[in-house]
Amino acid sequence: METIRKFERVFEIIDQNQRSAARLIPILQAVQAEYRYLPEEILAFVATSLGISPASVFGVATFYSLFTLKPKGKYLIRVCNGTACHVKGSMGLYGAIVKKLELKDGEDSTSDMLFTVETVNCLGACGLSPAMVVNDEVYGQLTPQRVSDIIDEIVLREAHNESDAHGA
Amino acid sequence: MNLMLTGLNKIGNDFIVRSNAAAHRILVCAGTGCLVNGSLKVYEAFVKAIRDSGLNAIVELKKEEEGIFVSRTGCQGFCQIGPLVTILPEGIFYTGVKPLDVGEIVEKTIRNGDVVERLLYVEPDSQAVCRTKEEIPFYRRQHRFVLANCGTIDPEDINEYIAAGGYKEAVRAYLEMTPEEICELIFASGLRGRGGGGFPAGRKWDIARREVNEKKYVICNGDEGDPGAFMDMGIMEGNPHSVIEGMIVAARAIEADEGYIYVRAEYPLAVKRLRKAIDDAYRVGLLGKNLFGSNHSFNLNIMEGAGAFVCGEETALIASIEGKRGMPSPKPPFPSVSGLWGKPTIINNVETLSQVPLVLKVGPDGYRKVGTKDSPGTKTFALTGHVANSGLIEMPFGATLREIIYGVAGGMTSDTGKAVNDGFKAVQIGGPSGGCLTRDHLDLPIDFDSLKTVGAMVGSGGLVVMNKNTCMVSVARFFMQFTQHESCGKCVLCREGTKQMLSLLDDIIEGRATMETLDLLKDLAGAVQKGSLCGLGKTAPNPVLSTMKHFRDEYIAHVSDKRCPTGKCKALVKLIVDEELCKGCTLCAAKCPAGAISGEKGKPHRIDDKTCRKCYICVEACKFKAIKGE
Amino acid sequence: MNGALVFIDNKEIPIENEQNLLELIRKARIDLPTFCYHSELSIYGACRLCMVHVEGMGLVPACSTPPAPEMKVSTNTGEIRKMRKIIVELLLANHSQNCPTCQKSTTCQLQALAKRLGITKVRFKNQLKEMPADESSPSIVRDPNKCVLCGDCVRICSEVQSVGAIDFAYRGAQTVVIPSFGKALDQVECVNCGQCARICPTGALTPKSEVDEVWKAIHDPSKVVVAQVAPAVRVAIGEMFGLPPGTTTAGQIAAALKAIGFDKIYDTSFTADLTVLEESNEFIKRVTAGDRIPQFTSCCPAWVKFVEQYYPEFLNHLSSCRSPQQMFGALAKEMLASELKVNREDIVVVSIMPCTAKKFEAKRPEFESDGVRDVDQVLTTQELGRMIEEAGLHFKELGPESFHMPFGFKTGAGVIFGNSGGVSEAVLRYVSEKLTGQKHDAYEFTSVRGEEGIREAKLSVAGKEFTLAVVSGLGNARKVLENIQSGKVHYDLVEVMACPGGCIGGAGQPVFSDPLVKRQRTKGLYESDRMLELHKSQDNPYITELYDTFLGDVGGHKAHELLHTSYSSRKRILDEDLDISSGAEKSIDISVCFGTSCFLKGSQKLLRDILEHINVKGLDDRVNVRASFCFEKCDKGPTIKIGSRIIEGCTTEKAIEAIKREGLNLP
Repeated sequence: METIRKFERVFEIIDQNQRSAARLIPILQAVQAEYRYLPEEILAFVATSLGISPASVFGVATFYSLFTLKPKGKYLIRVCNGTACHVKGSMGLYGAIVKKLELKDGEDSTSDMLFTVETVNCLGACGLSPAMVVNDEVYGQLTPQRVSDIIDEIVLREAHNESDAHGA
Repeated sequence: MNLMLTGLNKIGNDFIVRSNAAAHRILVCAGTGCLVNGSLKVYEAFVKAIRDSGLNAIVELKKEEEGIFVSRTGCQGFCQIGPLVTILPEGIFYTGVKPLDVGEIVEKTIRNGDVVERLLYVEPDSQAVCRTKEEIPFYRRQHRFVLANCGTIDPEDINEYIAAGGYKEAVRAYLEMTPEEICELIFASGLRGRGGGGFPAGRKWDIARREVNEKKYVICNGDEGDPGAFMDMGIMEGNPHSVIEGMIVAARAIEADEGYIYVRAEYPLAVKRLRKAIDDAYRVGLLGKNLFGSNHSFNLNIMEGAGAFVCGEETALIASIEGKRGMPSPKPPFPSVSGLWGKPTIINNVETLSQVPLVLKVGPDGYRKVGTKDSPGTKTFALTGHVANSGLIEMPFGATLREIIYGVAGGMTSDTGKAVNDGFKAVQIGGPSGGCLTRDHLDLPIDFDSLKTVGAMVGSGGLVVMNKNTCMVSVARFFMQFTQHESCGKCVLCREGTKQMLSLLDDIIEGRATMETLDLLKDLAGAVQKGSLCGLGKTAPNPVLSTMKHFRDEYIAHVSDKRCPTGKCKALVKLIVDEELCKGCTLCAAKCPAGAISGEKGKPHRIDDKTCRKCYICVEACKFKAIKGE
Repeated sequence: MNGALVFIDNKEIPIENEQNLLELIRKARIDLPTFCYHSELSIYGACRLCMVHVEGMGLVPACSTPPAPEMKVSTNTGEIRKMRKIIVELLLANHSQNCPTCQKSTTCQLQALAKRLGITKVRFKNQLKEMPADESSPSIVRDPNKCVLCGDCVRICSEVQSVGAIDFAYRGAQTVVIPSFGKALDQVECVNCGQCARICPTGALTPKSEVDEVWKAIHDPSKVVVAQVAPAVRVAIGEMFGLPPGTTTAGQIAAALKAIGFDKIYDTSFTADLTVLEESNEFIKRVTAGDRIPQFTSCCPAWVKFVEQYYPEFLNHLSSCRSPQQMFGALAKEMLASELKVNREDIVVVSIMPCTAKKFEAKRPEFESDGVRDVDQVLTTQELGRMIEEAGLHFKELGPESFHMPFGFKTGAGVIFGNSGGVSEAVLRYVSEKLTGQKHDAYEFTSVRGEEGIREAKLSVAGKEFTLAVVSGLGNARKVLENIQSGKVHYDLVEVMACPGGCIGGAGQPVFSDPLVKRQRTKGLYESDRMLELHKSQDNPYITELYDTFLGDVGGHKAHELLHTSYSSRKRILDEDLDISSGAEKSIDISVCFGTSCFLKGSQKLLRDILEHINVKGLDDRVNVRASFCFEKCDKGPTIKIGSRIIEGCTTEKAIEAIKREGLNLP
């Protein structure tokens, strides 16, 4: 029923937006909130429903950096690389995360799809630079060690949940 | 008196009466910065501690009752020492408050009227202890006008905004003023757009007002994308109703019946608070049909951006609201004539709109008392970099860099954050669209026009202060990389030009450049500046051109001496092995991907500079810290 | 404003309705460079090449600056020249470097501009990241390595043709023009009209060449290579050899083809005459019976695909006539084998067409019999021009030769097929005599001529009123279809050509940018008509003979077999079914159509009800529910498919009933 529920959501999303092509961006945002990415077939469906060409939906989906056409990890780590954070060494943090997650050249997600790491322009937490956000939680005044700890905590928590799930 | 005004007065008075009934009010900063530092837990701890100590904790002012009123506020600006807590009516200002401190505050300050000394701010220089905000130089030296209510009121409570006199100007604009009068008043005040260019708001409005069209739009540009600037975020989070009120006035001025607030998606808290504020404004009757008993309507929508800096450009922003790729279009036609859906549209930035009710309140003459002749009023800045105090500040136009850096910001620091006396090198103002200012400009009164004359701009208001160890070529490269990444790709000069500029800067930083590179970079930067389609491209070369102008020696050192004066450009550093420290463990030679390190086991190793790729893997690998830059 | 003066490089130029400085500067006979300005498209402002200096304003793009009285404009200051050079250098530094082997070499505007600006060295590093070219389409090759991102193709595809098969994707330096989801061009809605390639200033979009295959056939002694030349080719190919547009060179083309080595040279105008007879009779039959009116013409393959894709409900309104190209192919293979005493499979039919969609049409599966294609190769006008060049022929100096008989004989009616309005006029020339039973001397129906994209004409023939629409450009066609659908307009006959202006403006024609060229070519065709001895298809003696000796009756059995065809909906785009819920292995498939028509007719509610039913009945494991994009039964929607049964006009009750019937009626 999971998939049914999700597909129902696409209807709802399109309806809530009056099936209006002008609402394409809010629709894509809502679709991504539902699926964590923009699946191709859903985009084709959205294009058909809104009466616009699939190519232009693809164009919009690839223009904005918050949209993604690839599934992302369960935990999306976005390292702030705004000026303040950059000055305080945010790229070092980024490097530490890539190293910690053992990501190879050009990869941004771990093979188990637990983590995806990317940079973001500015989170507005400049007073606490360098900062990063994991899903919705913002962390400030970070060091490579602190970042490594945060990742460990998540991994531990996930492992725990996993064993709970199996135990039950 | 109009029913609406009577209603507003009642809401305001009720709030004041209820608020006064409480013995104390505790303001916990809930701006993005303090939230990151855990201020929400502090807030919860206060509610619990007050209740545990047998007192009544008021979290929502529903009725007149005794107790301790605990509220969350928007950003108070001084994020680095957060979470910030203010105790009213005494005005005691606590910094760095942790949930564990809360019990003590309730016990000492709330119950016994004592101050918890260790949580007060201590001025680093004089070691003076500051009991209230007003005693702290960071705040004392600012002129908080548009930010006055940010951090003192609960942004999620419309009643408090009304109690502070809010929405009266909106009502007045509809009931007592004609659209023409509003435009004239705004023009007379000299209010200029805070989003970058400084175009007179009154003139923009008047052009849209004169357009005859049944449908017009007001758009608030909250797509603050400048990396390192968060003034608009502070206002949207801290005082969202001021933005809405400004938009209502603007709608009246041009006779628009619909508005959009376009907010960067990276600001979820701002979106949440604006949504609540809009809902509340509808509920009270400040938005919707037949406003204030007139036959005018104004409906307000929120649109979240999806991650594109270029959408801060007004035509791109319009394209984005229309559901398209955020690519700018040529002007003319200007949005005031043909904007959203081809209808007359005014687009103003958050800060500009939040100034509007204040301008109406104090009148053009009152407004002009602060600031300079051609740039009246105040400007908010996001102050960051190598300074003691960073955060969100507001200064009158005409203030100097010296006042900001040595007054508000508390002076320069080293890379590790220690205070230094003579560390100033430059300021990058206006983010990736702005330019750099040097020691020569420390006493330049900052306003829209003075900055233009020195090749910089107010831009969004980002202010990055840099110390002597900063490589200016690298700074230029950082901003160039940003704009290159954010170019929408539409016009050739910006798309290809920024890419090539970045590549030329890489050549300089990595030691491949010649003097011709500098000439080519300058020519190219000039063409991109003059010929690009939109503001993003036109201003993208500013950091390069201004650093080339003010720090030409530094560029030449990189190019002709293959040397970075600050030692920051890794590729220009020659890595050497300190023979005294090297134990000949061979680890570095094993790890070097270029095979540049040689030496016998047990004997000091050598690095061949020609083969070395400056990856610094050896530096990290060496357990004896024997490899260093020359 | 009109009549006011603007000073362009110190020359006074009066404003006469020009909307922007660029038009005015062109009027001053200054060739301001631009990639992205075209009067028929929206203003884009991306190439920055048309920057001019206006006193008091500084540098402004001429394309988006309206002229104002007393403006002082300079088009060649030092600053402007420097900027233009930088722009071209920047483009070249992100461009494929293999100019000599590029299809567009010598007609490429980037190449021309580099030469014109005297650029001998690019000061910037070449940063091109090579991407593979897309050669999937039978009509168009897309080579992203040569794209300057001027967006002309994107705008013509969406604004003029209302197709939108390609658009910009990604951002900044990663920006590309690409079909949706990076698919191949032959997998998307592209109708192969090639207008994108026509307008592309560089070699990023080019007609796909079949020149090599044709040479191979010519050099193969076992093959008899037969050419058919479309009407629009003869008034355009001369442009490649320095002749003015519109010069008729049918005789030179015949001579060139013979010299190149073609065995027989025929004229597609002959089968155009044949089309007139077949299509007119179909029209008379249908209009008399009030059956499937309006009748749409079917000679343009891009238009046919457009209807198949977006308006399948109108497919039966299309004339069932094959296009002249395909009629020729079918006849040639059928008749020439015996006449020339060769095996069917040894005849190679090569079309010379002004069109890229004809390449696609020739490959449609229905146009082959016994494994032999009716038309083997399709060359564009440009490709023939290149073969003539390769053969070293001096085209202008060639003495005119004649086409071979019988398929080389045509009337003027068959020739004007090459421009918009021509088919309608040719049909009228036939219908007017057929219905009245009288011969007329006058043959011109000027009311259907013109340049507008949508033209209407009302005519009275034998006491009957006919309303015609002549449409060119698919965006215009969409408008007309929408108006017909909404009942706003009524027509009896609608002629549609995908390319603005008709085949003379086809994407296979020599590259042109001046809109006047199309007018000259059209004029050339009407002149040819006038020069010919006969003007009405029914007067073509070879056509009469063809029916007498081979085809039998017009619209008869044989004619149907060889000259008519059928169409199928393409609304369903490959593999776009969407999994909604998957049951276990042995389960039943339920697909609900989500094509636009079914969607509007309530398929969404239907799906919801079905899902609820499944849920309530606990059938989750027994069914796979999918959303399908079209069952091509749009007029009878909403349509669902349960197991192998298709249910039209489906309601919730019908669906539940059908689910029960599949044995899925658990408590």
